[in-house]
Amino acid sequence: MVTHDSGAGHHHAPTGFIRKYIFSLDHKVIGIQYFFLALFSVFFGMTLSLLMRIHLVWPTAKMPFTPGGQMTPEQYLALVTMHGSIMVFMVLTTAPQSGFGNYFLPIQIGAEDMAFPVLNMLSFWTTFVSLLVLLSAFLVTGGAPISGWTAYPTLSALGEITGPGQGLGQTMWVIGLAIFCVASLLGALNFITTTLDLRTKGMTLGRMPLTVWAWLITAILGLLAFGVLLAACILLLLDRVAGTSFFIPGGLVVTDTPITWHKGGSPLLWQHLFWFFGHPEVYIAILPGMGVASHVLSNFSRKPVFGYRAMVAAMSAIGFLGFCVWGHHMFVSGMSPYSAFAFSLMTMTIGVPSAIKTFNWLGTLWGGKIQFRVAMLFALGFVSLFVTGGLSGLFLAQPSLDLYLHDTYFVVAHFHLIMGVAAIFGIFSATYFWFPKMFGRMMNETIGKIHFWFTFIGVYCIFMPMHFLGLAGHPRRYSDTSGVNFLAPLHSVHYFITMAAMVTITAQLIFLFNLFYSMFAGEKASENPWHATTLEWSIPSPPPFDNFAGHVPSVYRGPYEFSVPGSTDDYIPQHLIPEKVAKAH
Amino acid sequence: MQRHDPESGSTTAAFSLALFIVVFTFITVYFFAAKTWWFPPAISAFGLQIDEQFHRTLIITGVIFVLAQLGLAWAVFRFRDQGQKASFFEGNSKMEFVWTLATIVMFVGLGLYGEHAWAEAHFQGAAPGALLVEVTGQQFAWNFRYAGPDGKWGLTKPELVSASTGNPLGLDPKDPNGKDDVVSPVMYVPAGQEVEILIRTQDVTHSFYVRELRLKQDAVPGMVIHMHFDATEIGQYEIACAELCGLGHYRMRSFLNVVSQEDFDKWMHDQEVALQQQ
Amino acid sequence: MPETLTPDLEIIEAGHGGGGDVPAGGDDDGGDSGSGLPGIPQRAYYTAIQLALVGIVMFFMALTSSFLVRKGLGDDWVAFALPRVLWFNSLVLLASSVTIEVARRYRHEGAVAAFRRWWAFTAALGALFVAGQLVAWRDLASQGVFLATNPSSSFFYLLTALHALHLSGGILALCYVAFRRWQRSRITQSIAADLAAIYWHFMDGLWLFLFALLYLGR
Repeated sequence: MVTHDSGAGHHHAPTGFIRKYIFSLDHKVIGIQYFFLALFSVFFGMTLSLLMRIHLVWPTAKMPFTPGGQMTPEQYLALVTMHGSIMVFMVLTTAPQSGFGNYFLPIQIGAEDMAFPVLNMLSFWTTFVSLLVLLSAFLVTGGAPISGWTAYPTLSALGEITGPGQGLGQTMWVIGLAIFCVASLLGALNFITTTLDLRTKGMTLGRMPLTVWAWLITAILGLLAFGVLLAACILLLLDRVAGTSFFIPGGLVVTDTPITWHKGGSPLLWQHLFWFFGHPEVYIAILPGMGVASHVLSNFSRKPVFGYRAMVAAMSAIGFLGFCVWGHHMFVSGMSPYSAFAFSLMTMTIGVPSAIKTFNWLGTLWGGKIQFRVAMLFALGFVSLFVTGGLSGLFLAQPSLDLYLHDTYFVVAHFHLIMGVAAIFGIFSATYFWFPKMFGRMMNETIGKIHFWFTFIGVYCIFMPMHFLGLAGHPRRYSDTSGVNFLAPLHSVHYFITMAAMVTITAQLIFLFNLFYSMFAGEKASENPWHATTLEWSIPSPPPFDNFAGHVPSVYRGPYEFSVPGSTDDYIPQHLIPEKVAKAH
Repeated sequence: MQRHDPESGSTTAAFSLALFIVVFTFITVYFFAAKTWWFPPAISAFGLQIDEQFHRTLIITGVIFVLAQLGLAWAVFRFRDQGQKASFFEGNSKMEFVWTLATIVMFVGLGLYGEHAWAEAHFQGAAPGALLVEVTGQQFAWNFRYAGPDGKWGLTKPELVSASTGNPLGLDPKDPNGKDDVVSPVMYVPAGQEVEILIRTQDVTHSFYVRELRLKQDAVPGMVIHMHFDATEIGQYEIACAELCGLGHYRMRSFLNVVSQEDFDKWMHDQEVALQQQ
Repeated sequence: MPETLTPDLEIIEAGHGGGGDVPAGGDDDGGDSGSGLPGIPQRAYYTAIQLALVGIVMFFMALTSSFLVRKGLGDDWVAFALPRVLWFNSLVLLASSVTIEVARRYRHEGAVAAFRRWWAFTAALGALFVAGQLVAWRDLASQGVFLATNPSSSFFYLLTALHALHLSGGILALCYVAFRRWQRSRITQSIAADLAAIYWHFMDGLWLFLFALLYLGR
């Protein structure tokens, strides 16, 4: 292995508990910090959804945390709002990108750390603060907001008068989000700079693992999108506390009280700004998972990724087109129907690169030698879930069908399958795959398989029936089904979903147990337990503080050289010099 | 359950996964085909068009769904590690080209096909001679206003709004045009008559949604949005709010009563009489 | 990328990636970086500042489109005369772009005293600009035009305040460049000055854009 010295003695290992684990500059520690932030958030968010599901089926049940016993509609809606906000921002935007990306991007490209370690540390702690501010909404007077993670004005802009939680709670939500935007922008900057400028010798763009491509494209999306959300949050905050009217028109009357101190604003302006951010955001949530899926499928099929270049092109197309489709969230919003037509065509188009990726995943498996490690099971599950979730998008992309399906459970099914499950499977796959490298120990495969099966079956049981609720016309964000007659025949479906949710959520404790138990008592991991090709598998598990112990490798080939004809081993690591590659005779 | 030989994959795992995917696929197809939980029947010609487009989309996505999931299941089973060597191929440009083209044609084609119904809903206004009904949403009720025999809308003022004293729309008693305006918490329309609705809201965003009409439109503060429909089946249909509007969102429900022209006229007459008696 | 490539860049750049260490510190000694961080190619810093500007552009573009949309919406957009001091402030900021360029070039030549003098001028002009913006706000306030008075005034206050905030960040950056001990860094003070200057020029350009928007759109 040819290496070059990184310059002896300049990069020092940190000492002291605070420097090593709290205010660490090490991308690996920061990655783990993000991972644990996301882990906390996902369990918190799941608990909120569990309470929601229980309430829907047993509305009179006495709930914890609800003074007075029974859950009120506003408490339900506060759960809806915070569940969405925490999951989208604190789980799906952190773990796949800031978590695994932070840990593995530098290593996979042969760098000793991110370009700007101090900035990296600041990004994490700013994210942490934003989480605290967001969660504080639960604790302030009036409680958490009830306007959904989408916070449409005028409900979100007029204040307490529109409902409980719309006072201080909504303000804390907006501030928390704004802080999160800043943190994300800083992180995106670091990721892009690192990928562009810190690649080691021989690591051309065309030899980068697809995980790196995914992190790069995701970071670009983040850089372009979060500034827009930040602007929107500032405008909303001003409407709420400074008496401006960006989003609030005149002539409003709330519960017999005329609102005379606002006029001329447009609620649609918020929607445009929010969704211009919001649509790229969902691609931010899924792209890293796609990168991981490609990576893991290739590794455990012992075959190169089918159509590497097409995969890169597809991810780039998804990223680019992601900025052109935001109006599909607004077909019935009152937006011009002509622009709806345009957005619809763009949205149908964005289905094409997604389809290409799916074909290529199947192509990667085809003719392979498939090994069913847990990481692979989750990657395979990812493909199935992505297909299912993606196809329902074809319905929603058509405004004529959206006339019926908008704001029904059909939409809830769609985005949960894609984000709430496929993206999560990407995270699980990444966890099982990279755990040995991060913690120097193996996770238990048997327990992992049990976790997989409960989860895979469970999520389909939870979210497939929601399509049918949607087809029956069941609107979203209803705290109760007693207000509308046509919902009565759907009670049995709700019951089934709640049962499935209870089992599936409980089963996640299996994962939690496996994770923590293995960290301390798992079988010790070798350098390359998966016989993988990329650079992280050329260093000890866990890696030394500067990743390559002063000897940064050069790269001689692409990232997916599996089962190359003429080679003895069924994999050739990227860093192996050509002379050292054993040839079969 | 699983062989410990690291060289060979697990037939159990492959078979279980493939089996589950196949079973799940068929259960899904079954429920879509059986229509166990489904749209209520459409009550307008427009609604039937929507249903047709839905079916078209369902068939296409259904076929893709089945092929993709079964393809995955097959690949997982057929290429499980049984000690073989994996084939080495990095791609196939011809296949990429073919399936990309096929996908573009199918997806964009499907989208274009569905635009006709959308155009009918939105690019064209209501047919002439439509019955005008103003639909006003508020936290948490719908109110419907008819202009009455004079065909003129009375002035409304925000400061006059008082749901508690029976003036939810804030009609100005001084405006003579408003004297015959009928304000009702439920909507009545005659069957077979083009109806134009003017959707507005007093406070936050709501959404007017009638399943059987296949119609939904957000009510946006500061805007009056026009939609139109022509209901041909007599009956009572629920109107549900379809945009989160606060704690009462789940119970913001009203009714659309599609009645014969005769019954509609009678109802209007009764409303006018009640107004005069006030 | 600054047009004036100086000898500094060639000494320090360790070549393409490879984790080559970037000796920082004084221009001449090219010795050991005391930063404790792994070396990175210098161009990474230039990449980063450009990316930061992209992020900031998106932020202000969102506000600009909101401005245009809001203006086009209703009939409640009331034009008001922009405070005259804004013209003066614009000149001040333009002048500061000149002084920062002068300072930057002195730094590259190694004329440290001259650099510090012109760098200080720049910071002072920047502070004068911000003070001038405060004068503009006071002027409007005395006429009864506040943040919530009217959408046009809302955008005026918002855009000028956000710009001033970013510019103040720039002034802090100028202080940092002047007072930090660059021996312990991965880059030289010259490079830091370059990066700060890029940001500063951008803030100037952004101001001209916002001023034009507010003026033409009032």
